[in-house]
Amino acid sequence: MTALTAGRAPKVSGARASDGTGVAPRRLGLHVFLSAVSLLWLAPLLLAVYASLRPYQETAKYGYFSWPRHLSFDYYREAFTQSGMAQHFLNTLLIAVPAVLLTLFFASFVAFCIARVRIRGGFLILILFTAGNLLPPQVMVTPVYELFTRVPLPYWMSDSLTMYDSYWGVIAIHVAFQTGFCVFVMTNFMKALPEELREAAIVDGAGVWTQFWRITLPLCRPALAALATLEFAWIYNDFLWALVLMSSGDKMPVTSALNNLKGQYFQDYNLLAAGSVLVALPTVILFFILQRHFIAGLTLGATKG
Amino acid sequence: MRPKADLEPAVSTGPTATAASAAAPTEGRRRPRAERRRIRRLTTRDRIVITVLLGLPLLLTLVLVWATTLASIGLSFTNWDGIGSAKFIGVDNYKELFTNYPPFATAIWHNLLWLGFLALVATPLGLLFAVLLDRKIRFSRFYQSAIYLPVVLSLAVIGFISQLLFARDDGIVNTVLGTTGQGGHPVDWIGDPHINIWVVLVMAGWRHAGYVMVLYLAGLKGVDPSLKEAAAIDGANARQTFFRVVFPVMRPVNIIVGVITVIEALRAFDIVYAINGGTNGLELLSVLITDNIIGEASRIGFGSAIAVVLLLISVGCIVAYCMTELREEKK
Repeated sequence: MTALTAGRAPKVSGARASDGTGVAPRRLGLHVFLSAVSLLWLAPLLLAVYASLRPYQETAKYGYFSWPRHLSFDYYREAFTQSGMAQHFLNTLLIAVPAVLLTLFFASFVAFCIARVRIRGGFLILILFTAGNLLPPQVMVTPVYELFTRVPLPYWMSDSLTMYDSYWGVIAIHVAFQTGFCVFVMTNFMKALPEELREAAIVDGAGVWTQFWRITLPLCRPALAALATLEFAWIYNDFLWALVLMSSGDKMPVTSALNNLKGQYFQDYNLLAAGSVLVALPTVILFFILQRHFIAGLTLGATKG
Repeated sequence: MRPKADLEPAVSTGPTATAASAAAPTEGRRRPRAERRRIRRLTTRDRIVITVLLGLPLLLTLVLVWATTLASIGLSFTNWDGIGSAKFIGVDNYKELFTNYPPFATAIWHNLLWLGFLALVATPLGLLFAVLLDRKIRFSRFYQSAIYLPVVLSLAVIGFISQLLFARDDGIVNTVLGTTGQGGHPVDWIGDPHINIWVVLVMAGWRHAGYVMVLYLAGLKGVDPSLKEAAAIDGANARQTFFRVVFPVMRPVNIIVGVITVIEALRAFDIVYAINGGTNGLELLSVLITDNIIGEASRIGFGSAIAVVLLLISVGCIVAYCMTELREEKK
C-alpha cells in the first residue's frame, strides 16, 4: 500500500512521469511554477500596501514600481480620520453581526425541520431556499427598494422612518438571501449526524425545541463555525445592498463607504490604496486566523451536494 | 412507538458516534426503516415552535427573494416610474431594449464574455492549481493560502486595487512593460473602452481561480485512491486517468463549480462599479439595472425588463448545465 501511495503521486501530474527519471527536476519545476503563481497572486495586495505607504508626489514622479524615498503611515491616518472610517466599521458590525447570527439560527432550524423532524414538504422548502440563493440579487433590487421605501418604521428603530436607509432593511435582505446557502449546507450536515441521541431525547419526552437547541445544535458546531466565518466575510464584503438600500453616507458599512473615499479624493490613488488595505485588513486577518473554517465552509457545501 | 429494547444499544454507543461525527461527519449508521418513518408525535407546543421558527425565515425568503423576483417580472410589462400608477404596456420595454438601447447589447456581450472567461480560463486554472497542490509537496500550505487569499477580499476592493495597478502614467503594469517615460506609449488600461473589460476580467479571474481551487482540492481528496490505482493497472496514463476516471467521479463538485461560475459571472457588479460606475466600456446588465434606482432616471418598468433578461440567462445557464451533467451521470 505504501509503495502504491508513493508511486501514485507523480503519475497524476503529467504523461511523462512514468519514465522514472527526472523526478527531482520535475519537482523543482513544479516549485518554481507554484512560487511564481503565488507571487503573482500576492503581488496586487503587496503592491497596494507598498503604494499606500508612499506619498503621491513620489509615486507620480517615479512610478509605483520604484525604490521608496519616504515611507509613512500618513495615508492610513488620513483615510481613517477624514472618511470617518471608525464609524463605517461600526456600521458594518451593526449589520453583519445580527445578520450572521439570525441567518445561522434560522438556517439551522429550517435544516433541522427538513433533515430531522422530516416535516411534510421538506424537500420543497429545501429547493425554495437553495434556488433562491442562486438568483442574481440584481433581479430583486428594484422591488426590494420600492418595498422598503414604503414600509414604515418607528423613529426609535430608524431615523428615516422607513425600512429604506435603515440597518433593519439591509439586515433583513442579507438574512433572507444568505439563509438559502446555509440551509443547504446545514441540511446536508444534519443528515449525516447520528440519530441516536435525539431518539433517546424523544423517548425522554423532549420537545422539538429541546431536540434542536440542546441535542442537535451542539453537534453542528464545526459547520456553524465554518458558516459563521464565511457568512461574516460575505456580508462584510457586500457592496451592492448597502449602496442601493441606504442614502445617508454616515450609515454606510465600510465596504460601500470606500466609494466615498474615491469621490472625495479622485486623484490620489495612494489614499485609495490605504483605504482599500484598511477595508481588506479585517478579512485578511480573519482568513489567517480561521483559514480552516473558511475552507470548511466552502467545501461543506460542495462535497456533500 | 418502537420497543425500548431496540433503542438501548444505540443509545449506549451514542456518545462515541457523536464525538466521531462532530470531528468529521461521515454517513451516520443507517437504519433505513426506522429512519424513513416520520416522527409524527408532535405536541401542540412543538407545532407552535415549528410554525414560528420555520415560518419566519420562510416568510422572509418568500417575500424578499421570491415575491420580489416575481414582481420584477410583472413590472417589466409596465411603464411604472416608481411614483405614479403603473400602466400595462405589454412587451414594449423588451422591444425598446432590443432595438433602441445601445448599452444593452454591450452589457449582454460583456456578461457573456465574463462567463466565457471564467469558464474557459479561470475555472480550468483553478482546477490545475488544485491538481498540482493535491500531491504531498513541500510548502503546499503556503501556495494554497497565497492563491486563496484574494477570495476573502471584496470585489469592490479588488476594483480599487486594479486602478492602482493599471493606472496609465505611473501604474505598475505599464512600468514593468516599459511603456511609460519619454517617448513611450503608455496603454490606458482603465480608460480605453476596448481594453478595460479585459483588465477587469483578469482581476475577476484572479479571484475566481482561488475559489475554484479550494472546491476542487476538497473534491480531489474525496476521490477513492483505489480508482486511480485500478486505472493505472489497466494501463491508463496519467492524463487518461485524470480525465476519464478522476474528473468524472468528482461530478458533485463539478456541478457546484459550474453553478458558481455562472452566478459569479452574472452577478458581477462590484468591480466595475468601483472602477468607473460601470460606464465607458464596462457596462454590465447588473449595472444597467442598478442605474434605474440610484441613477438619475427612474424607469422601474424598463429596468425590470433588463432584470428579467438577466434572470432568464442565469436560470437558462444553470438548468442547461445541470441537465447535461445529470444526463452524463445516467450514461
